[in-house]
Amino acid sequence: MTELTEQIKNKFSEANGFGGVVFSENINYPMIEVPKDRLIEIATILRDEFQFEQLRDVVSVDRFTKNERFECLYNLYSLTHKTRIFLKVKLDSKKPEVESLYPVWQSANWSEREAYDMMGITFLNHPDLRRMYMMEEYEYYPLRKDYPLMGLPGAVTLPKK
Amino acid sequence: MSEELTKEEFITETKEESHISLAQEKILRALESDDVRGHFEGTLDNQLVLNMGPQHPATHGVLQLVVSLDGETVVGTVPVLGYLHRGYEKLAENMTFHEFIPHTDRLDYLSPLANNVGYILAIEKLLKIEATPRATWIRTMCCEMARLASHLVWMGSMAMDVGALTVFLWSFTEREKILDILDILTGVRFTTSYTRIGGLALDMSDECKARLVTFLDQFIPKLEDCRNLIERNKIFINRCEGVGYISKEDSISLGVTGPNLRAAGVASDLRKDAPYLNYSELDFDVPTLTESDVLARYYVRIKEMYETVKILRQCIAKLPEGPINSPDAKQVLPDKGEVYSKMEELIHDFMIVNFGNAPEKGAEAYQAIESAKGELGFYAISDGKGYPFRLKIRSPSFVNLGALSTMIKGGMISDIVAIIGSIDPVMGEADK
Repeated sequence: MTELTEQIKNKFSEANGFGGVVFSENINYPMIEVPKDRLIEIATILRDEFQFEQLRDVVSVDRFTKNERFECLYNLYSLTHKTRIFLKVKLDSKKPEVESLYPVWQSANWSEREAYDMMGITFLNHPDLRRMYMMEEYEYYPLRKDYPLMGLPGAVTLPKK
Repeated sequence: MSEELTKEEFITETKEESHISLAQEKILRALESDDVRGHFEGTLDNQLVLNMGPQHPATHGVLQLVVSLDGETVVGTVPVLGYLHRGYEKLAENMTFHEFIPHTDRLDYLSPLANNVGYILAIEKLLKIEATPRATWIRTMCCEMARLASHLVWMGSMAMDVGALTVFLWSFTEREKILDILDILTGVRFTTSYTRIGGLALDMSDECKARLVTFLDQFIPKLEDCRNLIERNKIFINRCEGVGYISKEDSISLGVTGPNLRAAGVASDLRKDAPYLNYSELDFDVPTLTESDVLARYYVRIKEMYETVKILRQCIAKLPEGPINSPDAKQVLPDKGEVYSKMEELIHDFMIVNFGNAPEKGAEAYQAIESAKGELGFYAISDGKGYPFRLKIRSPSFVNLGALSTMIKGGMISDIVAIIGSIDPVMGEADK
């Protein structure tokens, strides 16, 4: 576990040309913060060279700060090494956009749709970016911090009598 | 649909005819994507779009499937979720950690005890509290009893999906016995809300333990009876064997976990790979098959029930005496008797109930357990207040349902119900 983390740290060091990759120990699993534009590259390396075969979940977070308000956390699991690692990307406040990981792991399809539906993060080049839970006509993103708990009156169009 | 029409023309034509809404149009677009378009020689030269659910008894709750058919062969499937969406992640951000425990019961409502345990383990990681040995052992037993209860419902309903009704009645008789034990243990049968931060709501009584031993002694013969009903039944085997195949690579890439992944030949079980609770001290096997069809998924779950019985017997033998609540007075709810008689306890009770347990500012934790359906994980982020800043639920049913289209593709329409039954989805968990 720690050996693998060390190898990953060496691989994504500045010397290998990976600037802006930050490791943190805040959570009980290793977490790698990645620049947005190199996400697919790093994800592919993690899958092919470090055997992280599964993307188990995509966690979207609204930090409610002025800059870099949104975050996407990718929960990767290695069936070979039986270990877990998290990838983190920080996203723009006004227009949260990130490249879809569907070409790397197929499970990104539904998990990213959920993040899009709940948090309004747009995944570029996603094959089928529809809303997961809410109705298609709905204009708001319920898990954002500025969305009220009780919902917005009149936000749901009901059928005519 | 004739061959000459392009995708756009097909959609506009259908739209003019039936005035479909934006949502339906998008579903049709997904259904008609190049990926799912197929040509089958010899069948009727037309495609039919059929809507199954959400009010369909065989879809296990409110799952809607929009199926594109060529004759009786399924060309593509688009599952539509959200009919049971209650916004639990939003609700969690507006209540204390303790207040959310009853809501976890309603996620996977067939095994509420496992949800309680999974959630509380994540929160204890966040708060950096450890439960006492006795509480940990009882929690391990809770997880296994929940697995048994969930698998028995799955067994009955899946057999019913392929036409064997009697198994449902027999397996539910067994499930009732487990629910009776849960009644003694937790005070309720279904919505248990049993765990507390740093401990449990109630201690396990000797009567409960004795009832569990009696239950385990008679369970295996009863399970054999149920198996004898269907396993040598030609209709059951014909409807399950070779149906709903998904390759090992696809299962892995689609993020499938739990018995569905183990039926595809991957021995992945969090109880072995990343032992939580007391699983590292227990002796059990992880049943794995390679066929990856409906029948393989059936056998994996059946074998798991035997392992569960083995685990429960070991737990009963190893269950230590001692307190069930951790001594950390500022984080753990005190005993009610002491709240009414002692000042310190009254203050702590007041603080925990009104303001909640406050973790460190910026603390984050992820904890996953192997529930009956697969990996059930909770990702909690705190901003130093008494309620979570963000709580993400990684529900196994949701991700497993993502593999449904791949399993159904190319099969017959009558296989759909068998495949849904073999995935064992619970919509309360998939829709959150």
